[in-house]
Amino acid sequence: MENPTNLKYSKDHEWLKEEGDKVTVGITYFAQDQLGSLVFVNLPEVGDEITKGEPFCDVESVKAVSDVYSPVSGIVSAINEDLLDNPEKINDDPYDAWFIQVEQITETEELLTAEQYEDFCKEEA
Amino acid sequence: MAQKTPLYDEHTKLNGKMVSFAGFSLPIQYTDITQEHMAVRNKAGIFDVSHMGELTISGKDALKTLNYVLPSDITTLAPGKVRYMPILNQNGGIVDDVLVYCFSTERYRLVVNAANIEKDESWILQNIIGDTQIKNISDTMGLIALQGPVSYEILKNLVSEEHIPKGFFSFVENAQLEEVVCLISRTGYTGSFGYEIYCNSEDTVYVWQKLMEVGTPAGLLPCGLGARDTLRMEACMPLYGQEISDDITPFEASLDFTIKMSKPTNFIGKDALEKKGAPKRIRVGLKVIGRGIVRGESKIILDEKEVGVTTSGTFMPYMNAAYAMGMVDIAHTKIGTVVDIDVRGRKVQGEVVPMPFYRL
Repeated sequence: MENPTNLKYSKDHEWLKEEGDKVTVGITYFAQDQLGSLVFVNLPEVGDEITKGEPFCDVESVKAVSDVYSPVSGIVSAINEDLLDNPEKINDDPYDAWFIQVEQITETEELLTAEQYEDFCKEEA
Repeated sequence: MAQKTPLYDEHTKLNGKMVSFAGFSLPIQYTDITQEHMAVRNKAGIFDVSHMGELTISGKDALKTLNYVLPSDITTLAPGKVRYMPILNQNGGIVDDVLVYCFSTERYRLVVNAANIEKDESWILQNIIGDTQIKNISDTMGLIALQGPVSYEILKNLVSEEHIPKGFFSFVENAQLEEVVCLISRTGYTGSFGYEIYCNSEDTVYVWQKLMEVGTPAGLLPCGLGARDTLRMEACMPLYGQEISDDITPFEASLDFTIKMSKPTNFIGKDALEKKGAPKRIRVGLKVIGRGIVRGESKIILDEKEVGVTTSGTFMPYMNAAYAMGMVDIAHTKIGTVVDIDVRGRKVQGEVVPMPFYRL
């Protein structure tokens, strides 16, 4: 699957969509493919403070539970509650299945363009 | 270094994700655990279980030895039949859980967990009676499990009707599978209809390829250890090291049906089980009714008090819900009891439900 060029990517396989001072975060096609069919997502709550490089949520497949790392530091302003009941949407369309929106951002990880991220994935695979 | 089964090259050809398990390199999955799990429930799956151990027990006193070493009444196990049971230690704990194949009163086969082969062999040797020989034939045997509702349709392309075992837990020795001779039993570790096929190591690739060839058009998928685990959990079959171990009795493990306390002769573990009396904790099934997935080693809590611990669990693909098994204090094992389960610091509600979760 193509990684959309209007998004930015982290080396922990999250995608970010930047709109003004708000950032929307999800996981990439590569990430969901590595994890396998997802059966549960444990999202943070609105108002939670999250920190760059630290887990903000966990996703579970039949096989295992995995942490999802935050590419930014800030305050969670919205969560995609739809994923709580329909975690398979992350596998079906990872770039539509956003996890959280973050505001009051104080720090952001070094991010990659779609092209740089594709090269990065090739090295990881 | 991990040992390779005769099917190692087949797994890599099929892009199996190889992991080390009980000293063997085996695929955890080929494509996707859920897909492989569903194939077994709805069509068929093929598993390499060549890592399992096989011990032959033979001699004039083979029956006498086994009837002492094993807690089931082996005198009622007829030739051509298979029975599941634990091997007990002197404390009534479980040394291993095994399948016992009866060829005659002078020849039996025990199929044992890969991690326990040496332990089982030496335990039986220590307790051997009279004219009994024990031989570990694990390295000469391949074992393939064909599981799922269309298994018979697949097998009958390769094996003539009279060589396919009919009854559940029966087997046919010297069954002709095209060019090779196998032992075929109506057994398995998935809870679905199916067969297990024992053959010589050097014939294992042939049997695998033949089954794949005739099975693929019928929906047969190769399945890895991941699906093997989720299928056995859905069917509430214990896994050694999780639901059962050296210090868990068969009554605690809810395996009462495997023990024949009333058989006329003594057996290892009987005294200890009698002394222990009714178990204080037993294995139960739990359905997760809160949000989350419960796996093993999570505390089970009721009214702020710890009343048990989970032994294994996950999201069960066919049941389409999260379930777990756990050891719970007997006072709180009534069906419908609602408990909290501590999942990495978060409390998730579970309800005691009947086992198995999936029943054919």
